[in-house]
Amino acid sequence: MEGNFLFQAFVYLLSAVIFVPIAKLLGLGSVLGYLIAGIIIGPFVMGFIGEEGEDIMHFAEFGVVMMLFLVGLELEPSLLWRMKKPILGLGGLQVLLTTVVIATIAILIDAPWNEALALGMILAMSSTAIVLQTLNEKGLMQTSAGQNSFAVLLFQDIAVIPILALMPLLAIHHEITHAANEHASTSLISNFPAWLQTLAVLGAVALIIIAGRTLVRPLLRFVAATKLRELFTATALLLVVGITVLMTLVGLSPALGTFLAGVVLANSEYRHELESDIEPFKGLLLGLFFIAVGASINFQLIIENPLLIAGLVIIIPLIKTIILLILGRSFKMGTDQNFIFATGLSQVGEFAFVLLSFVSLQGILNDETVSMMMAVVAITMALTPLLNVVTEKIIIPRIGTKELTQEIEADVIEEKNPVIVAGFGRYGSIVGRFLKANGTEITVLDIDSDRVELLRKLGRKVYYGDATRYDLLKSAGADDAKMIIIALDTPEKCLELITTVKKHFPNLQIMVRAYDRADTFKMMDEGLLYIYRETLDSALRMGVDSLKLLGHRAYRVERMARTFRKHDEMNLKKLAAVRYDQKEFISTARQSISELEQFLLADLKEVNLDKDEGWDVESLREEVQNMRFPAK
Amino acid sequence: MKKVLVIFAHPMLEKSLTQIKFIEGLKTMPHIFFHDLYQTYPDFDVDVEFEKELLLNHDVIVWQHPFYWYSSPPLLKQWIDLVLEHGWAYGKDGIYLKGKMIFNAITTGGPNFGYEETGFNKHTIRQFLAPFEQTAILCNMHYLPPFVMHGTHRASQDERIEFANSYKQLLTDLTVNKFYLHKLTSVKYLNELIPSSKNQTV
Repeated sequence: MEGNFLFQAFVYLLSAVIFVPIAKLLGLGSVLGYLIAGIIIGPFVMGFIGEEGEDIMHFAEFGVVMMLFLVGLELEPSLLWRMKKPILGLGGLQVLLTTVVIATIAILIDAPWNEALALGMILAMSSTAIVLQTLNEKGLMQTSAGQNSFAVLLFQDIAVIPILALMPLLAIHHEITHAANEHASTSLISNFPAWLQTLAVLGAVALIIIAGRTLVRPLLRFVAATKLRELFTATALLLVVGITVLMTLVGLSPALGTFLAGVVLANSEYRHELESDIEPFKGLLLGLFFIAVGASINFQLIIENPLLIAGLVIIIPLIKTIILLILGRSFKMGTDQNFIFATGLSQVGEFAFVLLSFVSLQGILNDETVSMMMAVVAITMALTPLLNVVTEKIIIPRIGTKELTQEIEADVIEEKNPVIVAGFGRYGSIVGRFLKANGTEITVLDIDSDRVELLRKLGRKVYYGDATRYDLLKSAGADDAKMIIIALDTPEKCLELITTVKKHFPNLQIMVRAYDRADTFKMMDEGLLYIYRETLDSALRMGVDSLKLLGHRAYRVERMARTFRKHDEMNLKKLAAVRYDQKEFISTARQSISELEQFLLADLKEVNLDKDEGWDVESLREEVQNMRFPAK
Repeated sequence: MKKVLVIFAHPMLEKSLTQIKFIEGLKTMPHIFFHDLYQTYPDFDVDVEFEKELLLNHDVIVWQHPFYWYSSPPLLKQWIDLVLEHGWAYGKDGIYLKGKMIFNAITTGGPNFGYEETGFNKHTIRQFLAPFEQTAILCNMHYLPPFVMHGTHRASQDERIEFANSYKQLLTDLTVNKFYLHKLTSVKYLNELIPSSKNQTV
């Protein structure tokens, strides 16, 4: 028995360890890696696991519950409020329209309405994991395509909760008695009268909210005070498991309960600890869940219906793309941003697996449909990287913003600007505008096509695309320019560009924007001299104004700020030199704190802001007071 | 061999017609250190320790600047305020500048005849330079007569170049210690020591 369990665990873990990295390498994302692992070890390929897959799936569904707890934790009410228009507008309409269109088509081909509706909701989901990863890798997160994709995904994440709650209502036709019986066996209150059941449900929800606010925080504080890391982890797990038990008792979805608990705790000071404690469990259990999904796909069915599957794989993303394109257009996105956005979100995502297995349990869809849909979903996910390449290389070059507009390319007298500005966002645009205001011509490289369109309209010379690409730099005149100003959106991209420039265009003087000390160190390691921490000057200006408002004289404070900056930069250099001496490994966060400590200590010792002895000197006063003047 | 330090103050060199000629090539001349204050301290935060080091390492100091409102541009005054410290440049222990030579090299827009007690400026250049002179004396330095180019508003390009050449000749002569101190202090303007120079005729 025990040996059997260990052997199974071995098979699952081994398959994950082998296939997930391979899928990652191929740009397919970890979800597909787990699915493939499941398929390989499943009954249709190697047959290591068979019937018990079902049980494991039940267990692994707990991963979904944890995931929703984390989704709840990560919801910042302020962020939601700020993005309410794209989230509710774009996201809401995307889910609604996609559901309606797909359900309508399903009804037209003779599906019962409840099945059609369930399918519609399931297929409306996109893959948060794949899309966000792709956007981050390409540095597109800050563009309108990135922001809007994020909004839609966020709405979908939240929409899963009501959809999960809605699904049981759809289970009216087929195996309603079976489902009801199953519920009866687990739910304590199913024998109560209806009003009491409702009351119990409401009471449970209220209990979570009230307990989350009043009991859990003190409990977490108490546990945290023991400084026993594993006890905190245990408490976090207890919280999730406890809510699951409570929800099961009143016959509600555990996912809904944990999601609520997550939202309640999102503002607590223990949010990050809870997140980092639950995260690995969630990751593993979800991995297990996807392996189980992979193992449960009925390949017999797919082999028998290749055309149907192929058709669905083409039609479903197509429908989603068209709906997204229409929505993107009406939300005023530029052509290529819209295409990046629409094709990027066109796959069906990992939530679909969750929902499919849920409806399968509820008996809304039969096993054949579920199996087929799982295959379809998996294939659309697998095709996402390919589709992105098609969008990027074939569609956008034809219809979207050109890398360089024809008129400029045709210009015979190609102007050679001395400065290239890579990234014209909130930082680069200020630098660029300042240079331009002083009559220095700049060539701009930017990845946000909307911004590029705007700049071109204003007659600026702008190249569109990823500034880290050698060929783009070359056509932007990097061979003849004197200087490159690097102000891309992420430190990773900045470092990538630094490497490219140093390798291919050593003639360029590099000026780079850094984000914090960690990036600055990396850039110093690259041998750069002109590194600008984006917050330093602004923070110092605030300090200056604060002191002025507190009654300090303006000129002295201004001088102090400059002295302070010099001192800070000198300390940074010192710290950079000794940074690798530390033998023990310390985490980045700890490192940053210990660095801050060194800075604070150095402030105490070194900042002598009063050494301007030329003005009203004490020593002169003393010398004069001791002098003997001839008597009058 | 004497080492010459040119402390140059000009807030708007981009628009300069005369001073720009004066500094042309100064950087590469032997034994002359050209120190551009507005380029080094755009924020007026003069690095006192560095400046003291420079002063210690040179024998002849030149304050070169346009003559704005009968004086120097403000950064040179800031420099004087901050660098010439009590207990270092002057006072009981202020011995470090003792014996060094110092003078102003200036350009004025108005003509020579304006700078007479009977002229419209009511004072001579030397009278206007009294604060600089007394500063030097308090620091135990030898204050020399100034090098002056008058009438730059109406000067031709040739005249500018000629004065600039005389100035550079003077600096070179100072590095090789060509003149005795009493000779240097005997003239009204140092220009007189350079034979080719048109003597304040503009």
